[in-house]
Amino acid sequence: MKQFIAMLIAALLLVGCTAVQPGSTAQTGAADSEAAATSGEITVYTALEDDQISNYLPLFNEQYPDIKVNIVRDSTGIITARLLAEKDNPQADVVWGLAATSLLVADQQGMLEPYAPAGLDRIRPEFRDPAEPPHWVGIDTWFSAFCVNTVELEAKGLPIPTSWADLIKPEYKGLIAMPNPASSGTGFLSVSAILQMMGEEEGWAYLDKLHENMAVYTHSGSKPCRMAGAGEVAIGISFDYRAIKQRDAGEPILPVFPAEGSGWEIEANALVKKETISPAAKTFLDWAIGEDIMRLYAASFPITAAVTDVPIPEGYPEDPVAQLVANDFVTMASERENILAQWAERYDGKSEPR
Amino acid sequence: MTTQVTDERIITLPAATVRPIVTGEDWLRRSLLLLVTGFLLVGVLLPLVPLVVRSLSDQNGQFVGLENYVRYFTSPGLASSFVNSMTVATLTTLLAVGLAFGYAWSITRTCMPAKGFFRAVALLPLFVPPLAIAIGLVYLFGNKGLVTTGFFGFFEQTLGAPLAFNINLYGMNGIILGELLYCFPQAFLILTVAAALADARLYEASMALNASALRTFWTVTLPGMRYGLISAIFVCFTLAFTDFGVPKVVGGNFNVLATDIYKQVIGQQNFVMGATISIVLLAPTVIAFVIDRIAQRRQVAVLTARSVPLRPRPHRVIDTLALLYCALIAAAILIVVGTVVYASLVDVWPYKLNLTLRHFDFRNVGGGGWGAYINSLWMSFYTAVFGVIIIFTGAYIIEKSRTWPGLRHFAYFLSMVSVALPGLVIGLAYIFFFNPKSWTILGVAVPNPFAFLYGTMAILVLSNIVHFYTVSFMTGTTALKQIDGEFESVSASLRVPFYRTFARVTLPLSLPAVAEIAMYLFVNAMVTVSAVIFLYSPQIKLASVAIVNMDDAGDTAAAAAMSVLIIAACLVVRMVYTGIVHQLNRRTQAWRLP
Repeated sequence: MKQFIAMLIAALLLVGCTAVQPGSTAQTGAADSEAAATSGEITVYTALEDDQISNYLPLFNEQYPDIKVNIVRDSTGIITARLLAEKDNPQADVVWGLAATSLLVADQQGMLEPYAPAGLDRIRPEFRDPAEPPHWVGIDTWFSAFCVNTVELEAKGLPIPTSWADLIKPEYKGLIAMPNPASSGTGFLSVSAILQMMGEEEGWAYLDKLHENMAVYTHSGSKPCRMAGAGEVAIGISFDYRAIKQRDAGEPILPVFPAEGSGWEIEANALVKKETISPAAKTFLDWAIGEDIMRLYAASFPITAAVTDVPIPEGYPEDPVAQLVANDFVTMASERENILAQWAERYDGKSEPR
Repeated sequence: MTTQVTDERIITLPAATVRPIVTGEDWLRRSLLLLVTGFLLVGVLLPLVPLVVRSLSDQNGQFVGLENYVRYFTSPGLASSFVNSMTVATLTTLLAVGLAFGYAWSITRTCMPAKGFFRAVALLPLFVPPLAIAIGLVYLFGNKGLVTTGFFGFFEQTLGAPLAFNINLYGMNGIILGELLYCFPQAFLILTVAAALADARLYEASMALNASALRTFWTVTLPGMRYGLISAIFVCFTLAFTDFGVPKVVGGNFNVLATDIYKQVIGQQNFVMGATISIVLLAPTVIAFVIDRIAQRRQVAVLTARSVPLRPRPHRVIDTLALLYCALIAAAILIVVGTVVYASLVDVWPYKLNLTLRHFDFRNVGGGGWGAYINSLWMSFYTAVFGVIIIFTGAYIIEKSRTWPGLRHFAYFLSMVSVALPGLVIGLAYIFFFNPKSWTILGVAVPNPFAFLYGTMAILVLSNIVHFYTVSFMTGTTALKQIDGEFESVSASLRVPFYRTFARVTLPLSLPAVAEIAMYLFVNAMVTVSAVIFLYSPQIKLASVAIVNMDDAGDTAAAAAMSVLIIAACLVVRMVYTGIVHQLNRRTQAWRLP
């Protein structure tokens, strides 16, 4: 835990320093002192799940009935691409619950307006951009998990895998799906965790063996879990929320958190820099890290940006923070292209169905 | 023989009718041509400019020349992706055009029964959202699929034989199967227009000369449908080559070029490489376009002013074989669509197979539910109405006027290019082009006159018209080509204004094709995702996007349910279309009857 926080802070400091654009911090001081706006209309881009949004948003509408919130929700990749492509004339006022790595890219392009939302002091330091005021503020984390179909494994008489090491055993050959790291952030999360945990050489050797067992690489991060839920594969390498949700929906899915640890990522909020920044956008960002909503986040995420008294949701490890591997975001971000090139060279060429 | 004679006539006659004085009528024609070209410039060509600029720049916008192209062509795995793409596109084209040719021929040239039914079924895959087709294929051929498991062992228990087949869906087989379902209706649409009109005199001559059926086929049937065939091949190859929807879902580890764009843009937010690959993918289309132009130069009007429409004659053996053939294909299509309907009703696939209607209650799933469905209906309606006006006018003015040949060829080229643009590329290019308040051209900021379109219904409609322009345009052109240029020449020499010829002869003759185009645009706008997913505004959520979101969230059954609603809307439109065409045929196609 200590190690990961130290590394994360160092990492984010570095990114923060390189990412700050000249002039971008100029106008915030005055805006902060204004009283929170209670009316207006804002557009919010988000990658939170639909069922989460319909759970969270009524809270805002209740508190601010005169602020109209237009939600654009899509998967992380689509929302990020849309946000970045609209750089010249941003349509979004607020980004809510988008992967921090996506926000880092937007920040590097000078698209984010620094803003310190009310209640920032309650946010754990590792969950926010270290710049003052921060360019983004986190709300929760998500991490890699296996979706194991118990019915399928039982039918084949195989034990339930509990670790990354288990996945390369020959008996699981052709039973596993994982996201292609070139198409999916979730895929990259797992690959980068493996490379960081095992070191480069051992990591690639492991991935070679994993490739031998792989039934299919998917282009979406949630697809492996859905394939496992439908029995198309027995094991899907995906992420925590998805595994728990599908289990709760009645699918024969057992969420497994690998013994060696999970790759992880922060979901965060940010204010979009544009000509006229709606005061209602700031109201929304204040609300989005407030105490009430944080308790709602905590009902579905085991690790939230501010500490709450909500017990860890059922099905998660008792100490979820211990589940997270040390993650050097900066190195991984700069090495991403090389890793993906190497990945493509090793596994893309051999595409014949096995 | 006939070819050469008519060829000469086509080439010489216009020259004779050109008058040295430019009349008001000519100006009307020219303004129409300018309008259509202007539309294509704004809809197709100009949005590509920011893409080209990005492909020549690095991530920070610095000009780097061809560096990105060099990097792409030296990237690992590219060679195998290229071979895979070519293989998939070639096999899909052969299968789709081959099967569609037989199907179109059976429907237009034999006396088999239930033609209306088979015609409707052939177009059915167009009504099914791509993701629903993937759901259908997985439920049939996936590892837990009905076919793969022999209906969960049902056959084994009842018949004693396993009757289960594993086709290895995830990979090349799945992609080809998916693309085949996607391309077959499009090929059928083009070929059926081409096959509908034939000159009975040629067949009579062939019979009188005692030519065998095979010889007649090679010397009369095929040449008459040549333009349609080449167009169908062009469209299928390009679609299968550039589509990433199917490979994305069932492609597995089988890499194709089109998914490279997805990986770069969605997976890695690398617009520079995404733009580069988009431009590279245009190359095959340009080559195919040149081939098409060469073939088209030899095209002749099949239906001349003296033509006698061909009435198929009953022939027991041929009619039965045609019926069997069509029934087989129709059954395959119906099974896939039926599986989608089944998927919307099953409680929890594949573990709780009891049926329920609960998935049609969209209140607990995302994507906008019934409101999104209504939006989609409106968007598709606008796309059909405005699209058919623009596209048919375009096809008419390019095909039937002789004014400004350079501009006509240019407009023709633009009309053909749009098919090579994957929806994802259109969506991104539209953001880059329409979203900024001003463009920087050579360092000077120029206000963007089209910026007001962004985030409106209009840009969704525009993107759809452009996305589905080429096939509609070809349908229009194929129909127009089969109407002899002599109609125009005679009218012109009688000093009848061209618009009157258009209203009295050309348009009535082409009304079935016009209705076909409108229907094609409607159904495609209903199901399409790839372009509009980048362009829809929070106020205008769409049903097809909702399907992707629901499936993404794991609500496969709800996604299937929304697909069923879309299929239903398309079927209703299809029925309206049939009704209209029936009326039209009674009123305007009576000349075809003996």
